[in-house]
Amino acid sequence: MKATKGKVSVMTGNVVAANAARLCRPEVVACYPITPQSEVAETLSGFVADGALDAEIVEVEGENSAMNVCRAASLAGARVFTATSSYGLVFMYDTLLETAGFRAPVVMVNVNRETPGIHAVSSGQQDLISTRDSGWVQIIVENNQEIADQIIMAYRLAEDHDIQLPVMVNYDGYYLSYLAEAVEMPQQADVDAFLALLKKQPPRPRIIPGASTGCGTHGMEMGYVEARYKHWTALDRAKKKVDEIDKEFGDYFGRSYGGQIEEYRTADADIVIVTSGSAAGTAKTVVDAKREEGIKVGLVKLRLFRPFPEERLTKALKGKKAVGVIDRSICFGWKYGPICMELKAIAPAIGAMPILSYIDGLANLDITIPHIGRVVDEVNAAAKGKTYQDVTWIPLE
Amino acid sequence: MVIKHKMIFKTESPWSDANQVMLKLDTGSWRTERPVLDIDKCNYCGLCALYCPPQCMKDKEDHYQADLAFCKGCGICAKECPRGALVMKPEGEFSK
Repeated sequence: MKATKGKVSVMTGNVVAANAARLCRPEVVACYPITPQSEVAETLSGFVADGALDAEIVEVEGENSAMNVCRAASLAGARVFTATSSYGLVFMYDTLLETAGFRAPVVMVNVNRETPGIHAVSSGQQDLISTRDSGWVQIIVENNQEIADQIIMAYRLAEDHDIQLPVMVNYDGYYLSYLAEAVEMPQQADVDAFLALLKKQPPRPRIIPGASTGCGTHGMEMGYVEARYKHWTALDRAKKKVDEIDKEFGDYFGRSYGGQIEEYRTADADIVIVTSGSAAGTAKTVVDAKREEGIKVGLVKLRLFRPFPEERLTKALKGKKAVGVIDRSICFGWKYGPICMELKAIAPAIGAMPILSYIDGLANLDITIPHIGRVVDEVNAAAKGKTYQDVTWIPLE
Repeated sequence: MVIKHKMIFKTESPWSDANQVMLKLDTGSWRTERPVLDIDKCNYCGLCALYCPPQCMKDKEDHYQADLAFCKGCGICAKECPRGALVMKPEGEFSK
């Protein structure tokens, strides 16, 4: 069975996110507006006011409450949606951890922005990195169409009975949040059909007024260890599930993204560039251009950051001659960028090869075609045995 | 890894039921004082139960009694009792 073609409109990433969330029929929405996410909150409120979405909007005084409302509603059995960014994400940090620990299947959009410390109202993935160990599933998307499709897929993942984890869908603030591009928005009936499977599952436990049940009550000693182990294994299971849902989505809607990672011209590549988010779109252009020059380069777009797609990456990178990783964030206290650091951890499995770390695109500085071209040239030289620089902050050179 | 641990939670997520498995803190062991009731002064108004932070005042039909398994001995019930029916006494007086 195939989905019918959806309506194509030109929309900003934020409006796309709100529309995709609307199609998933959340019953409770609690968003606190924050740049560059505000348009998501405004659009969703508009949908409810216009009767286009039958959801309860809970107006909260901050992100900490937004996540508390979403977790509580989720534990009461509702489908929920929220969106945030940067300061908002870290303001809900404790509740973020609880939501994951309670295994509440909250779906949240995080519009990537630089984090507090320096008041950078600009793009960067540092917020996502700052919540790496929160126990959430973290997915990074590249363009507006992928925002729509991934939000729909996120509900299938979060609410899957074998998973039961909150899912954070990340897209670059400014670059995608305010970028208007053509997006095919799936039809309501098709989204309903795609999510229908969730209703056939065994019901998940929920809070019932008057009943003496609860979630996250003090997990003492072995109770704590057990809950952590179950959470840890669920994240491991999520990796394969991401691939399966992506394939099913592709079969039904005609668009798929490779699941945990997207590989672009990697099969016969000697060297590979690894990056994520909107920079991956630019990187594809560079890969094509460098191929014309005779450099056998491929691209791996990291879509799933947590859980880290160890097996898929190993398969994609094993036997390559060198890898260059472009991070849009930094790792405090460790020299490589965060994604590069993770990749270094699987280096024994992919074989000994130069892995070059690049820091670029902080605070709205563009990851340009010449920047990525330079990365390709340097990684190519390193593959041929030339000495190379371990870590390069591209904007500083 | 061979797991020898017998799972406590029946659910994937850490849900528990007060009537079955409720993992809870043994807060009664934190107590250095306990509320002692003079039943003749008590008029069963219920303010102690209303203010009790861990909600451990048990309804005994004509008075309320702190469940000592959970009472932390904070003394709020004694402070709030308008008739002075509850008095905090050191735990030492009750040790064997």
